[in-house]
Amino acid sequence: MSTTQHPPANASLVERLDALYEYDREPVAENKLHGWKTFIAMFSGEHVAGTEFVLGPLMVLHGVSAFDFFVGLLIGNTLAVLSWALLCAPVAVKVRLTIYWQLRKICGPYLTVIYSAFYAVILCLLAGSMVSVAVTAISIPFDIPNPNYIAGDVIPTVPWMFLALVVGIVIAALAVLGFDKIAHFSKICAPWMVLVFFAAGIAVLADLGTNGFTDFSRVATEKIFTGIPIGNNSKYTIWHIIGFSWLCNATQHIGMADLTIFRYAKSWKQGFASAFGMFLGHYMAWIASGILCAAFLAEGLTNPQPGNIALFGAGAAGLISVVIAGWTTANPTLYRAGLAIQVATPNWKRWKVTFLAGVFMIITACIPAVNAYLDRIIGYYGLFFMPLGAFIFVDVWLFPKLGLISDYAEKAKLLISWPATLAWFGSLFIMIFFYGKDNYEWLSNWLGEQPSWLAAIQTDLMFLIAPEWFLSVLMYTGFSMIQQKSEASKIALS
Amino acid sequence: MKTILKIISLIGLILTLVPALLVFYGVIDKSTDFMLMTIGVVLWFASAPFWMKNPSLDS
Repeated sequence: MSTTQHPPANASLVERLDALYEYDREPVAENKLHGWKTFIAMFSGEHVAGTEFVLGPLMVLHGVSAFDFFVGLLIGNTLAVLSWALLCAPVAVKVRLTIYWQLRKICGPYLTVIYSAFYAVILCLLAGSMVSVAVTAISIPFDIPNPNYIAGDVIPTVPWMFLALVVGIVIAALAVLGFDKIAHFSKICAPWMVLVFFAAGIAVLADLGTNGFTDFSRVATEKIFTGIPIGNNSKYTIWHIIGFSWLCNATQHIGMADLTIFRYAKSWKQGFASAFGMFLGHYMAWIASGILCAAFLAEGLTNPQPGNIALFGAGAAGLISVVIAGWTTANPTLYRAGLAIQVATPNWKRWKVTFLAGVFMIITACIPAVNAYLDRIIGYYGLFFMPLGAFIFVDVWLFPKLGLISDYAEKAKLLISWPATLAWFGSLFIMIFFYGKDNYEWLSNWLGEQPSWLAAIQTDLMFLIAPEWFLSVLMYTGFSMIQQKSEASKIALS
Repeated sequence: MKTILKIISLIGLILTLVPALLVFYGVIDKSTDFMLMTIGVVLWFASAPFWMKNPSLDS
């Protein structure tokens, strides 16, 4: 938990941001390091969340086949664990700084402000999605129908929005009080919640006509992961599943946001603790919620919202788990969003900023499209933040080997690093172009008939994150070479 | 006292998982499963907060 320091009223944006994170400016001391247990508990708690009730069903609705789902998740989650263990954790234990301070050294304070501002926006969106998950469960005892986006509900009913407002206000109020106790509570919930997911999935298998575990593969292929998309959803293949499960936390691992966590690790090997989050949350829980969704639809029911499918599979315990899963993850997310927004406000008090973030969260919760397109939102979010993680990686490991100066912006006292700016937005816009040329109508129309080489490149958002990593590394390294060559005398002087 | 609390928590977890397996094998129906799972929730949350440590990084 942070203890916020208050800079003077006339302080600049950068000074206010620095003051906000002042408490963790120094590398973590040796006596503050933690062992495996802490990281296992942390990952198990954070990755079995409300959104797991959304993502498993999304895969079913996108018509993924059983083989593609099980094998794709296995490969994707393994890649995610390796990304934490081999990319993020080694950097974290070497520098022992938060992402904020590491970025500041490499990119300069201006880019760090931009990073914080966009991060606040995405955190509000995610918190809104989690509130929406919780409300889908709370609405059931009140007999308030959940919005059905597939059936064309663009906004929920007024009573549903009123519930979202109440839940949002409670979450914002708790976030103002701090989230330490709620973070602890979410860790207490983790073992129980994992079992609720698992138990609910098993209980509904009988409804799907399974005679025993040996029969599971037949039922999985014929009735759960049929390979046929539902409604107007596009078809997902094994590549979508690998890409999505690997990169849904791209900002945290290859994007290096979890430097903030792993700076407390005794060894980089503790990055492998992420396997507990991935294989409990993003493997078992996604499979379980996918099974729940399929069984729910097989009963002839419609609108497989988190609350509806949890009630169907686990009764009151399922409803409670959805509410808790949504609430405990929305709370720290909103707290962090408030922290990130605080910098852009004229020294507003924490409660004001958190309530401002809360308003955005509640509005987001009332837009059913957010959960219906959660996979897309996560894709954009990964694409946007990932290059910064790539810069940190090359700056720490590659630059010394190439004879380049690491932490150049800090050493040259630059307010903004132009190589980082160009490489960040350059690689982002190139990737968005390749996605948008077939998916944004205005861009397709503007381009007209595409040359054959361009038309041959047809890709999804998730497939672009890995190429973006390499492109951003190449651009950043190349631009840094030019920068450091032309400014060599400046550094020598300093 | 801690041991008793841990045993209660364990019973809570067992009541969360085992009834689902019994539904799967056709031993009990879903309404009994739901009732036992609800009891499991109560037992878990009445006991676990008193013995589970807070693995906060700042602690």
